[in-house]
Amino acid sequence: MTLERLNGIKAKHYDLVMVRKLVAEEGAKLAENTAYRKQVLVCGGTGCTSSGSKKVIAALEESLKENGIEDVLVVRTGCFGLCSLGPIMIVYPEGSFYSQVTPAEVPEIVSTHLVPGGHPVNKYLYAETVHTDGSSIPLSETPFYKKQMRIALRNCGVIDPENIEEAIACDAYQALAKVLTTMKPQDVIDELLAAGLRGRGGAGFPTGRKWAFAMAQDNDTKYVCCNADEGDPGAFMDRSVLEGDPHALIEAMAIAGYTIGSKQGYVYVRAEYPIAVERLRIAIDQAKEYGLLGKDILGTGFEFDIDIRLGAGAFVCGEETALMTSIEGHRGEPRPRPPFPAIKGLFGKPTILNNVETYANIAPIILNGSKWYSSIGTDKSKGTKVFALGGKINNVGLVEVPMGTTIREIVEEIGGGVPNGKKFKAAQTGGPSGGCISAEYMDVPIDYDNLIEIGSMMGSGGMIILDEDTCMVDISKFYLEFTVDESCGKCTPCRIGTKKLLDYLTRITEGKGTVEDLDKIKELSNHMKSSSLCALGQTAANPILSTMNAFYDEYLAHIKEKKCPAHVCSALLVFEIDPDKCKGCTLCMHNCPVGAIRGSVKKPHVIDPAKCIHCGLCMENCHFSAISKK
Amino acid sequence: MVTLKINGIPVKAEEGMTIMDAAKLAGIDIPSLCYLKEINCIGACRVCVVEVKGARSLVASCVYPVAEGLEVWTNTPKVRQSRQTTLELLLSEHHKKCLSCVRSSRCELQKLCKDYGVDEDRFPDTEKLQEIDLSSSYLVRDNNKCIHCMRCVAACDHQSVSVIGPRQRGHNKTIGCAFDIQLQNTACVGCGQCIVSCPVGALYEKSSIPDVWEAIADPTKKVVFFTAPAVRATLGEEFDLPIGTNVEKKIPGAVRRLGADAVFDMDVTADLTIMEEAYELLGRIKNGDTLPMFTSCCPGWIKFCEHNYPELLPNLSSCKSPQQMFGALLKSYYCEKNGIDPKDLFVVSVIPCTAKKFEVTRDEMVADVDVALTTRELAQMISGAAINFNSLQDEEFDSPFDIASGAGVIFGATGGVMEAALRTAAFVLDGASPEPSFEQVRGMKGIKSATYTIAGKELKVAVASGLKNARQLCEQVKKGESEYQFIEIMACPGGCINGGGQPIQRDATRNTYPVNELRARALYTEDASLTYHRSDESPVIETIYKEYFGEPNSEKAHHILHTSYHEREKY
Amino acid sequence: MYTFNIGETPEQLAQFKEVIEKYKEVPGCLMPVLQETQGIFGYLPLEVQKAIAEELGISLSEVYGVATFYSQFRLKPTGKYRISVCLGTACYVKGADKVLKRIEERLGIQNGECTEDRLFSLDSCRCVGACGLAPVMMINDEVYGKLDPDKVDKILDEYMKGGEENDA
Repeated sequence: MTLERLNGIKAKHYDLVMVRKLVAEEGAKLAENTAYRKQVLVCGGTGCTSSGSKKVIAALEESLKENGIEDVLVVRTGCFGLCSLGPIMIVYPEGSFYSQVTPAEVPEIVSTHLVPGGHPVNKYLYAETVHTDGSSIPLSETPFYKKQMRIALRNCGVIDPENIEEAIACDAYQALAKVLTTMKPQDVIDELLAAGLRGRGGAGFPTGRKWAFAMAQDNDTKYVCCNADEGDPGAFMDRSVLEGDPHALIEAMAIAGYTIGSKQGYVYVRAEYPIAVERLRIAIDQAKEYGLLGKDILGTGFEFDIDIRLGAGAFVCGEETALMTSIEGHRGEPRPRPPFPAIKGLFGKPTILNNVETYANIAPIILNGSKWYSSIGTDKSKGTKVFALGGKINNVGLVEVPMGTTIREIVEEIGGGVPNGKKFKAAQTGGPSGGCISAEYMDVPIDYDNLIEIGSMMGSGGMIILDEDTCMVDISKFYLEFTVDESCGKCTPCRIGTKKLLDYLTRITEGKGTVEDLDKIKELSNHMKSSSLCALGQTAANPILSTMNAFYDEYLAHIKEKKCPAHVCSALLVFEIDPDKCKGCTLCMHNCPVGAIRGSVKKPHVIDPAKCIHCGLCMENCHFSAISKK
Repeated sequence: MVTLKINGIPVKAEEGMTIMDAAKLAGIDIPSLCYLKEINCIGACRVCVVEVKGARSLVASCVYPVAEGLEVWTNTPKVRQSRQTTLELLLSEHHKKCLSCVRSSRCELQKLCKDYGVDEDRFPDTEKLQEIDLSSSYLVRDNNKCIHCMRCVAACDHQSVSVIGPRQRGHNKTIGCAFDIQLQNTACVGCGQCIVSCPVGALYEKSSIPDVWEAIADPTKKVVFFTAPAVRATLGEEFDLPIGTNVEKKIPGAVRRLGADAVFDMDVTADLTIMEEAYELLGRIKNGDTLPMFTSCCPGWIKFCEHNYPELLPNLSSCKSPQQMFGALLKSYYCEKNGIDPKDLFVVSVIPCTAKKFEVTRDEMVADVDVALTTRELAQMISGAAINFNSLQDEEFDSPFDIASGAGVIFGATGGVMEAALRTAAFVLDGASPEPSFEQVRGMKGIKSATYTIAGKELKVAVASGLKNARQLCEQVKKGESEYQFIEIMACPGGCINGGGQPIQRDATRNTYPVNELRARALYTEDASLTYHRSDESPVIETIYKEYFGEPNSEKAHHILHTSYHEREKY
Repeated sequence: MYTFNIGETPEQLAQFKEVIEKYKEVPGCLMPVLQETQGIFGYLPLEVQKAIAEELGISLSEVYGVATFYSQFRLKPTGKYRISVCLGTACYVKGADKVLKRIEERLGIQNGECTEDRLFSLDSCRCVGACGLAPVMMINDEVYGKLDPDKVDKILDEYMKGGEENDA
């Protein structure tokens, strides 16, 4: 591979991919230069695949064939972001956005829209993209996309991730070429430092400084590692990049290899991400085939290769030293630092480790310059951040916003608000290491430092929205159950401390807690923070500390009044039959699995609280809304 | 060299040292439960945490490297509070059977709890009682007391035996064998290095004390004890004497006060072993038989070889170990001589070793030794019998097994068997010349080698202690790359003075003082002071051969003093 | 060549050998070896882990330590049909223990085990959220409710028939 060939490939497919990036009219003009009248992009990310996008593609191809249409290109892409609306399908050049497409709808779409001279089937389009007069609104103008800024996700949902030439047409490997031909390693570091890029995996360490440490080591063998072991429940940013634009990662790792003086990279990726692994594998093979990995890359003599290592289900392996221990073939237990991995990491060699999203920011910085990048974001946090938006929110999905966007913007504008008219209660960020941000902080600009100040952390970017029906003690317990399961068990504070915290929380949710327990919880939490070996233990108590801080009354209600204000903790629920509403139909009595309800026909029934197991079946089955839980 | 400040005191430390090492230079022993010098450096227990200027959280001093200008505080309220809470957490999951625990008063956890004023009920117990592994004849694992320090695992790995390890993760993690296989069904060699590494009472030898008391109380039994060379160098530690105090002369009196009918010196069969082994070696060299010949006095090494290197079994000397030779000698020669029915003779060996507890149960050994007690068990019996050990007058071992050579004494340290055998071999081959010095094979290095010219012939020898080192030599032999004729192997690093049955020194002591060197010195000092230097010089040995075996390697000697080995499964 | 006595086929053994050959010299290869081996046999029994330890020159306790650290690895086979009996409170008071006992009797295995023919594996679980149907069990993703020992027999009969047909 040479630079000329790379540019040749880019030129060859440039118009084809640009059709997908331009506004409708310009795209239509450009489409005339290509072999395809229309292009149909169907999301093949994990979300849409589980909602059936493969069947949609099959139906599409069949239907096109039946209609004898040959000038429509079907592309399976990565994630568009709007996972709750899957399967998603976009038709270019006009940019019609079909949501929740079923195979049954496909023939109509083909015969009405994809035939020459066709027009969109408005009833299947995403409602927010259709004006009342029937004309369509560009996707980029919809509330979900308007405030987003896609840097890391630049090619997700745009290219076929299994086709390296489409990636190249979208500038993949241009940054690598620039680095290899015009920049010295120190130049790359300087550029990253000037850009202000901080690690997207958790604590936000400046990427340039990390690389500089490793570069300064005098060692023939160094490693470049990528953390794609995204273990936070409810986070899938890295997966989406791998599924939608794997070359962004490969290129950035090669740049890192050149910068620190490494020939070998490892991507540690969750085995639970089969689609991502497969696409990454294909992308690595293609990069090798095209001479963009391997020996003498772009004729510069630079050599770099990447291997994939699969995780096997251990959250702690997201911690950098545990990840390296795992790649070495051991139990994924963290090691004390120092020595830091940049000095002594994988197999004892200088190693850098960044997560997928961090790498995905590298090429744009190199190509567009640090000035451009540092103009985005806040004072100390530059660029954008990808969030996996989930929980009680209308638009569940993947969003990328400039640093400094507020929770309110994300929840109310991009996320489309909390469903069913419920009230926003808190946003959980940072997963099991993070905390809950209550409504009073909704207008704080999100960046690394602000999140820590308000008791949470950036983490890898999971953002779970909680509404008034969420019990904050219960949610803490959920996260503690997770950390107890996932603690490696090496150090004392985490191994025993997490278990004790969970025990206390369980007691509280069962109405057996005491106010003294809260003091013990605080004491233990602080102990784990100061004395645990790794970040997992040091941050494990964050979900409790942050909720105790903002929702202390809720804890007290469980303890003093033996009540769960959100009506979640089943042991504290009391089911009662309103004698005025009860018609004595006996349905509740018959449905009760434990015989806790007594009463005779046409007379009000009564629940025996001693026998009741709080399963809620009586309430579900009552036709007269006579049963309530308190 | 770098300069750092510890509690405001400037300390000059070498680069690469840890804060814990440097603190020692400032007179501070930072406590720890998992750290064991050169064996276990993982920063896991979090007891050794200290404050470092600029660090976000407390750091583990056992692994944190010193640096120029580092400022460290080892004793702030924050540090003390952290240690206290860590101890409270450990205690909440520890089976607190402290009153009768074998490690009571020598337990690291107990000591720290006292130091930090920690009591047991700060956090509710989440004790989950697990089954105690009593399967083996020599070792008990009680995970209910385990504090997950990983020292036993590190010690086992350090031996390259690796039959135990962490299983599961998080709060469900336990230490033990793969697939919950019982220890007796694994390739555990019984060296007991895990026991002496354990900071608490989760690992201990299977006690034989009740059997001994029962035999002593039985009027039909004649109970005889014999004590191994390395016991004299360490038993005093159990009675708070300085490390390296030789208490040989106190042992006979103490054992007699326990109620034993006789107490003998196992150095005698060490001498006997040398006679048999030296002649066997010379025979093998002369006849062109399998070489190199490995020593066979260490039962841990024997079991290791049977599991891992069955192809090398022909290289093992066929000599029984001194313990088993003594048992055999007592139940044959001694019984015959004194008109005792072997059934009525109850033989107790006192050894520094847990593997020897296994050895007495070997099929090949037909109950020559009834019970093997570790040094620690003997001390426990002495305490239990309320004997004031330190005030005992010197007494002598009983005849006819009372006098030994210095060669027998040094058996207890690595290189000792080799040196003893060389002394006799050199005399047999070239008695006229002055004996060369064999001190090259002394010392605590893991592998030592030397070449000697005796009677014009070159003899290349090697000595390994610690099974990881033994494995290296075995691999050489297996590949045909070994240049040695004679190899001594002791399973425990440093030899029997550091055996798995020896007194357990606090980790602070082990991490600071050359415990093994001090213990070995006691033996070499005694060797230098004795009348007889070589085994063949000993009048006791002369008598035994004259009265019973005729000559070394005679048919009768072969029948009684030699044995055979068999392959065992590797897993 | 190994034999594991776990009902393995020669093809599986050949695949296992390939995996070992592929990774033997690769540093830190234990994880991929375990992953691919589990892919071949479905789980990682003692005999297989012994072979891995021997081939890679590491101890069995190390292999086992790694295999039990990561939740992806299984030490016991799962059946083609995974039966999970709910032992939540509602099911328990309605006789889930009798249901469990009947299944154990019928299949000749204990809770947590797998039949020799690998057709069924049996587990218990906490509440599956179908208290109204108590007692319930799940077979793969299918929920069966309002069970009694007789009903259990009938359901198992169906699966056994189905299993034979599918095997044939």
